[in-house]
Amino acid sequence: MLAGIALTLVSLWYGQNHGLLPVAASNEALLVDGLFNTMMTISIGLFLLVEGVLIIAIFRFRRAKDDTTDGPDIDGNIPLEIVWTGIPAVIVLVIGVYSFDVYSQMGGFDPNAAGDPAVTQVAMTGEGEYGAPLMNGSNPHGGHHHMALGIGASPEKAGQMADLTVDVMGLQYAWIFTYPETGIISGELHVPQGKDVRLKLKAQDVIHAFWLPEFRLKQDAIPGRDSELRFTPTRAGDYPVICAELCGAYHGSMVTRMYVDTPEEFEAWKQQQIASRPDINEVIASLDRPRTDVDYLTPYADDMGLEPEMLRSLHESHTGAEVLTQSL
Amino acid sequence: MTQVDIPASVPAQSSPHAEAERKWTDFFTFNSDHKVIGIQYLVTSFVFYLIGGALATAIRTELATPPSDFVSPDFYNGMLTLHGTIMIFLWVVPAGAGLANYLIPLMIGAKDMAFPKINALAFWMIVAGGALLLSSFWLETPQSGWTSYPPLSLVSGKVGEGIWIFSLLILGTSSILGALNFVVTIIKMRVPSMGIYQMPLFCWSMLAAGLLILTGTPVLAGALILLAFDLLAGTAFFNPTGGGDPVVYQHMFWFYSHPAVYIMILPLFGAISEILPVHSRKPIFGYRAIAYSSMIISFLGLIVWAHHMFTSGTPAWLRMFFMIATMIIAVPTGIKVFGWLATIWGGKIQLNSAMLFALGFIATFVIGGITGVMIASVPFDIHVHDTYFIVAHIHYVLFGGSVFGIYAALYHWFPKMTGRMMNETWGRIHFGLTFVGMNLTFMPMHELGLLGMNRRVAMYDPRFADLNVLCTIGSYILAVSTVPFIVNALWSWFKGKLAGDNPWNALTLEWQTTSPPAIENFEGVPVLTTGPYDYGKTNEALESPSTDTPVLSS
Repeated sequence: MLAGIALTLVSLWYGQNHGLLPVAASNEALLVDGLFNTMMTISIGLFLLVEGVLIIAIFRFRRAKDDTTDGPDIDGNIPLEIVWTGIPAVIVLVIGVYSFDVYSQMGGFDPNAAGDPAVTQVAMTGEGEYGAPLMNGSNPHGGHHHMALGIGASPEKAGQMADLTVDVMGLQYAWIFTYPETGIISGELHVPQGKDVRLKLKAQDVIHAFWLPEFRLKQDAIPGRDSELRFTPTRAGDYPVICAELCGAYHGSMVTRMYVDTPEEFEAWKQQQIASRPDINEVIASLDRPRTDVDYLTPYADDMGLEPEMLRSLHESHTGAEVLTQSL
Repeated sequence: MTQVDIPASVPAQSSPHAEAERKWTDFFTFNSDHKVIGIQYLVTSFVFYLIGGALATAIRTELATPPSDFVSPDFYNGMLTLHGTIMIFLWVVPAGAGLANYLIPLMIGAKDMAFPKINALAFWMIVAGGALLLSSFWLETPQSGWTSYPPLSLVSGKVGEGIWIFSLLILGTSSILGALNFVVTIIKMRVPSMGIYQMPLFCWSMLAAGLLILTGTPVLAGALILLAFDLLAGTAFFNPTGGGDPVVYQHMFWFYSHPAVYIMILPLFGAISEILPVHSRKPIFGYRAIAYSSMIISFLGLIVWAHHMFTSGTPAWLRMFFMIATMIIAVPTGIKVFGWLATIWGGKIQLNSAMLFALGFIATFVIGGITGVMIASVPFDIHVHDTYFIVAHIHYVLFGGSVFGIYAALYHWFPKMTGRMMNETWGRIHFGLTFVGMNLTFMPMHELGLLGMNRRVAMYDPRFADLNVLCTIGSYILAVSTVPFIVNALWSWFKGKLAGDNPWNALTLEWQTTSPPAIENFEGVPVLTTGPYDYGKTNEALESPSTDTPVLSS
């Protein structure tokens, strides 16, 4: 009895104070954290129960050295078995309903985001126009545009246009953000705090996954399909944007930042971008991303007393810009 | 008396002519004896485990520091692809098949498997498929992960990817042939006195695993063949540049590869259900519940595959369906875990190496089971999918579960297979190192994933460095932990203390013959006089010394 109370208290305390998650930067993230805390509470209770029984059994029910007799002939207990079938069934049902509710509040059931998984026809144009979606931003093959996948508008915003839409293109090994209203193209994502933001995800070459850990959001960007993420950032700051689907050798370096700006900061950034509007190739060239082994090996070559130029000359034909141009 | 003693003299009568016939060279030939094949499977898969483990150690060495500084990023992807593929298709799956081969006929009183030649063929296909996969080290490593998602798998090297596909086709075919044997043997070849409910639980779990293999593996083969066409013939089943759909591959792949998790864990669920009663001297708690739960897991395992695709091209209602179906699997799994706990509770526990690993299995598997329910929840999985949280989860299930189970089974049945005991002290050292190393390697990964470290990366954010150092230290302990086992197993095989026929005083049929068993397994057809778990039964039959032997060789 006492053990049961202690176990419950420990579980409740740890479920709220595990400190395992990064900061939550949107209201939707807080919902997911609430769900996780609940699951942690139940999990810790279950974990302590199982490990506790194991440890107690090991100490209490050890066979004495000279004891060769068998233990008691107990091979089942129907009421007990019903209890440990029923309770887990109820627990998973509760977690299931809770998850359903959180998913709904996040916007998982927005018909514009959650619906038909049919393939768009973007890819039908063949390899020659592989880069077309990147250049045009919007879908260049209208008429075949199907509903997207991912997390859409939360129920209270259903049917409304998002405050800001950004086209996101994943390619080996970078994210490119295009703001269709202003024509801004950037390697970093800037969004205004407190506004409803919609990201339209596309992939250029292979599957990538757009992950915002602080927002508990992730969605694959799949070549030939559209997907989307919609959320309202509530906490200003800058956050990592991570590719979470293996996309090649430098998958681990496919990271950038998302800046949640105050509306004034966002406006200033926008004006600055419009004023200096760079060419797409400049954006790509300016992206902080590794291009070749040379970039990675240079610091180690220094350690070994090699000149970086020596390495570069060995790999002249593989410098970043050229590789990229070829891939485009 | 309550203890069932098997007089050593009874089975010993059959041993002389049996010992004479088994030659050591049999183990290197196309031999159709299930016991030879079982040991061939176990030894071969353990060799692959060492190769896969060496790759894991190299991966952890790369990840000891944030930058990519140990191997090239291309080769790193090759290593993680081969690590996953080898551990799954060449270690855990064939090790389970090895145990099944060795034990099923002995447990049900049969002379051999239903199709002995197919059985031998299945084993030698493992060797062929494994050798083909290893050849990629010298030609070109496959680099798109063990999932091999297109389009990445179509653009990261034709040779390596081709080797991977054809190797898996061979290994998958081997698995199908093995499963066919298990299912037919279990259903058709039990001794007449053994009804389906007198069958040891290991046979139940192999029946469940066999049915899963037969249902799932052909679909994987289909996916692989289509992928091979895309790769080599330029078709576009999965290639979006030709109008194909990469998500269809994911469905077909996971239709097999999620059940594969149960294919890898069910045999060990069965083994644990055998080991715990013997070393606790108590009947298994809830025989039918555990038997049925295997079948339910097998069925549910077939309808949960898209939980690997919650962030992929999966519409909302499908995400919800697969979430609920996945969570429900916790119920039959819970039945097993609680049944095991109730089995040892109140028993007389002998804490030897086999039992330590069996208890370690429960202790670590339960963590993988709990996180399994968490990641079934769609909103939470969206955060942790493809992160180190998943890496932690699968290793708690497949290392904490399957590998601990395999070790428990090896310590438990080693005396039967070789006729000799393993050294207990070294067994305990092995367990201690494995348990500590395992938890040190994989526990911090939960936190890494939650904080934002994605999986399959050669380079990562320096803020994750400290936890990664812990993981790497743990992995080195794990690497070292195999040494006492290898030395112990080799030494004991030739020089260990003689075991006798039934050193654990166990009741299942395999212990009622000689150790190692004669080529024909039993003299004549054995007759059951006791259930597989009738420990502590105090009925009249066992009271009188004259009927002391529960199983008679008629």
